[in-house]
Amino acid sequence: MTAKTPSRLEKVLAAGHLAVTSECGPPRGSDPEVIAKKAEMIKDYVDAVNITDNQTSMTRMCSLAACIRLKLMGLDPVLQMVTRDRNRIALQSDILGAASFDIHNVLCLSGDHQSFGDCANGQNVHDIDSMQLLQTVRLMRDDGKFLGGDDIKRPPQMFVGAAANPFADPFEIRVPRLAKKVSAGAEFIQTQCIYNLDKFELWMKMMRDRGLHEKVYILAGLTPMKSAGMARYMKKRVPGMDVPDEVVDRMAAVPKEQQAQEGIDICVEAIERLKEVEGVAGFHVMAIEWEEKVPEIVERTGLHPRPAVD
Amino acid sequence: MIVAEKKPIQEIIEEIKTHDSVLILGCNECVTVCEAGGKKEVGVLASALRMYFLNKGRDMRIDEHTLERQCDHEYLDEIREMIDQYDGVVSLACGVGVQFTAEKYTQKPIYPGVNTFFMGVTESRGVWTERCQGCGQCILASTGGICPVSRCAKRILNGPCGGSTTGNCEINKDVACGWQLIIDRLKALGRLDEYEELAPIKDWSTDRAGGPRKVVREDVQS
Ligand code: SF4
Repeated sequence: MTAKTPSRLEKVLAAGHLAVTSECGPPRGSDPEVIAKKAEMIKDYVDAVNITDNQTSMTRMCSLAACIRLKLMGLDPVLQMVTRDRNRIALQSDILGAASFDIHNVLCLSGDHQSFGDCANGQNVHDIDSMQLLQTVRLMRDDGKFLGGDDIKRPPQMFVGAAANPFADPFEIRVPRLAKKVSAGAEFIQTQCIYNLDKFELWMKMMRDRGLHEKVYILAGLTPMKSAGMARYMKKRVPGMDVPDEVVDRMAAVPKEQQAQEGIDICVEAIERLKEVEGVAGFHVMAIEWEEKVPEIVERTGLHPRPAVD
Repeated sequence: MIVAEKKPIQEIIEEIKTHDSVLILGCNECVTVCEAGGKKEVGVLASALRMYFLNKGRDMRIDEHTLERQCDHEYLDEIREMIDQYDGVVSLACGVGVQFTAEKYTQKPIYPGVNTFFMGVTESRGVWTERCQGCGQCILASTGGICPVSRCAKRILNGPCGGSTTGNCEINKDVACGWQLIIDRLKALGRLDEYEELAPIKDWSTDRAGGPRKVVREDVQS
């Protein structure tokens, strides 16, 4: 596949390198240093950095502003956009705003329900859904058109991505759903955190059987666990998360002060194993409020230094 | 039907406490079926209010009446002669009935006695669930007869989202994931291949978004 946009992430992938992305959550305040500091820690270890969009429906600094900050620091941000909070006017408008700062990646999501966050009494919008947002960005980019049909002066140049959860229910439509996202316009996929490697490999096989690995770049999502408590919490409480008992047991089997290191080791081993899976084009390392561990993970898996692309 | 729930009596007391005579006005349609505002509920509420005001030493006249419907001029006219005897009316109809009564009897304060929720069904005795949000452009033909607008918490037209777990919605494990239902249904119909067709961006102008709506049928206008 050849790159169609100036996105660094797309260029790395098109050149056949295993890509590495990570994510930063914006602060619950307006201090610009928070995001800059996180970015500084990981910038030499990743090709692009996702900025989450009011994740878990907690009100935070907006993804767009944080992306602009990263862009000005010389990073390649991935603008996450959820369809929960904005209608089609606001979504298109924010895409143009991002494009005006040459932000070249977008990740289209529906977003967690607002009842999880700090504004449970608020409305949700869901004017369009995440697949329709993919279509919207592709229309704006490829045809230079607004949804309303008018021409866009200087259309956005964005590499367009979506999320996929290989573990969510119902399993039988996991691959058809991916196919649907690809036909809606997804060019890269960042997956839900993978702990059940067998099931993920089965999903990869099923998507390869349909030839989808030739149409979309799959970035395998990984989140190192800090403690056995976190493993248990993710297993029981986080919707759509598949944490096998072996992983929880392995975390619980080591003394508390070594559990964080065990979590990093599990993550490193998973990357080593998944590197060999045909169709895995890279890794999305989501070290939640633990960004300082990203360099170690990237170094230990031989993914450092990151390739130079022009 | 339109599903409603009785308001807490304390709220109704606050609404009417300055009056000396009040009519409790029921409706024989949806709110009767969902046991929130029919003749029976009118009786129960009226007795409770009489008791309350009696205990407070108040001589309050509380009468009962139930109309066939409150959303039709024809039936609402029935109370034209009697309404002047009261300082106010508590309507146990849905929000539609409350408003139509208020529009007709502009000199009378009309208070809502129920909270109106949704268009739904009696799932089992005492349990009512939502089925339709009246978007004005029905898409049930392509979703196996199950509505993602009303049954998905995010009204996703190309679902499910990543939060669907063992058939339940991420918002609450007592809520079925609408998209799981759609997929099960398509499968049962042998039409799962249709799942892969992308649902187009919806025109919401026929929905609430387009402003207050109106249906005009010239052929039935006289
Ligand atoms: S879990 Fe199912 S019903 Fe709930 S928001 Fe997601 S798709 Fe909709």
